[in-house]
Amino acid sequence: MRYYDKLVFELSKPGRSGFSLSQEWADAPLDLDPALLRVEAPVLPEVSEVDVVRHYTNLSQMNFGVDTGFYPLGSCTMKYNPKINEEIAALPAFLGLHPLQDPETVKGARTVLDWTDRLLAEITGMKHFTFKPCAGAHGELTGLMILREYHLSRGDEGRTKVIVPDSAHGTNPASAAVCGLEIVEVKSNAAGLVDVEELKPLLGPDIAGIMMTNPNTLGLFEKDIKEIAALVHGCGGLLYYDGANMNPLLGAVRPGDMGFDIMHLNLHKTFSTPHGGGGPGSGPVGVAEHLVPFLGVSTSGFHGNFGVILRALAYILMLGKQNVHLAGRLATLNANYIKECLRDAYKLPIDSVCKHEFVFDGLIDDGACEGKAGATTLDVAKRLLDFGYHAPTIYFPLLFHQALMIEPTETESKETLDDFIAVMHKIAEEAAADPNILHAAPHNAPISRPDETTAARNPILKWENEN
Amino acid sequence: MSKVQEGLLYSESHEWVRVEGPNAFVGISDFAQEEMGDITYVDLPDLDNVLKGEEFGALESVKASSDLYSPVTGTVSERNLDLEDAPELLNEDPYGNWIIRVHLANPAELDDLMDAEAYAQFIAK
Repeated sequence: MRYYDKLVFELSKPGRSGFSLSQEWADAPLDLDPALLRVEAPVLPEVSEVDVVRHYTNLSQMNFGVDTGFYPLGSCTMKYNPKINEEIAALPAFLGLHPLQDPETVKGARTVLDWTDRLLAEITGMKHFTFKPCAGAHGELTGLMILREYHLSRGDEGRTKVIVPDSAHGTNPASAAVCGLEIVEVKSNAAGLVDVEELKPLLGPDIAGIMMTNPNTLGLFEKDIKEIAALVHGCGGLLYYDGANMNPLLGAVRPGDMGFDIMHLNLHKTFSTPHGGGGPGSGPVGVAEHLVPFLGVSTSGFHGNFGVILRALAYILMLGKQNVHLAGRLATLNANYIKECLRDAYKLPIDSVCKHEFVFDGLIDDGACEGKAGATTLDVAKRLLDFGYHAPTIYFPLLFHQALMIEPTETESKETLDDFIAVMHKIAEEAAADPNILHAAPHNAPISRPDETTAARNPILKWENEN
Repeated sequence: MSKVQEGLLYSESHEWVRVEGPNAFVGISDFAQEEMGDITYVDLPDLDNVLKGEEFGALESVKASSDLYSPVTGTVSERNLDLEDAPELLNEDPYGNWIIRVHLANPAELDDLMDAEAYAQFIAK
């Protein structure tokens, strides 16, 4: 990889330009209030067309994406984004849409929303979806506002607390807090699942609901979900489903059938639209029939990122009803395959069949492998970069000290998985032989280890012209 | 192995307390700073009342963000403003750098805290 770290401003030369206005345009009088006009010209880079093309092409080659290589980033579902999605989204009639267009002229777009609503409802067991939320956490906030509205509409004003498991995504308690709800944590048991006995004493007339991710962030299916649903409903609360981990359940299990009342989906994860710097998100919220009247609760005036919804619809239609379950099953098979192949070298804190992802607790250090003790999960992740892989998620969930979270998705072939497994074994051998190889990694990346502490303590967020 | 300083009282959420007359200085233990990693930001409270067990501020590190819980009830009478520009002081010398000084409202609560020996056993678990 060729190192390139220029800012477009650094290429700027006074007077250089990639275009020229016609004299007629340049001389055209501006029909604007002089108070609105700038006194000084804005500081914009002055560059030629070829400067711009080379600059962004070079930057793009510094990037790692799912189009470049294997991207086992746990909890993020970095599945391949089929190019047919892009073709559909690039159809001129969709591309030219404007959110403030006369509704009479956007019946095609309406059809897309209604159609996606119907398909997502069928996949999840919900009644209807709203497409307004633009990302997962936006969906969580919308969903919790629906939950609160529901209780308030019944005059049930004392329900101010939301239960969140200790394994939850950090956005869950954050969304609840933004919504003005108090967070009560419920602990996981030794099997990594919500402890039903710990949950029982928390339930009461002050509980608005529970937020759950199933499978949870350890990649484990919350098998007691039906009992949990009965208990929470029994105390008058609602169940919120964080759809971040929906991928393995596609076509197999429906949140609605598990007893959930409200949920969001991350279309950019489960339904193959670009994310992680590659594109905007989409977090539609679905509700069970009894909550449909509250679906109008709004945190946005528009129907979300329409182009993303369109890509998700293309993906669902491309798979078809007969095949949609294969995505979930193959994602589950791939994760279990890697887990079983690597458990001789990496510590598996919870031994159980996983769903789409699983968590190791660092390298095995059983005394038999002297030297491994010094190599941390961070070292393993940094060393993986040398072999051309995106690093897995590290130090999340917080339940384990050396968490290393791997999610291969259904995208990958057995050959890709085997190559990755071989590299992970090689790294474990290096750790045993000479942990310094890992400490100093990455060796092949354009920069080795950035000083994250200084970056966090004294961030430089803005380019300043030194001249 | 984390250092536990003799002569201080400790809470289960890893704050230490040094009592000086009617006041108590509150900081975080060596164990806490090791768990956090390099601390990048200290969110100090306003000069106001705090309750035992209540959040009074937060720490951010490269790894995580963590709330600070007051081990005592009282009025925050002083804040260590040096930490605003130099949060790394908590990593370098956790027992030499207090975070807040509290004028104690209920000194009897101090009996609920652990001494150095009990805290050493608590973090060894």
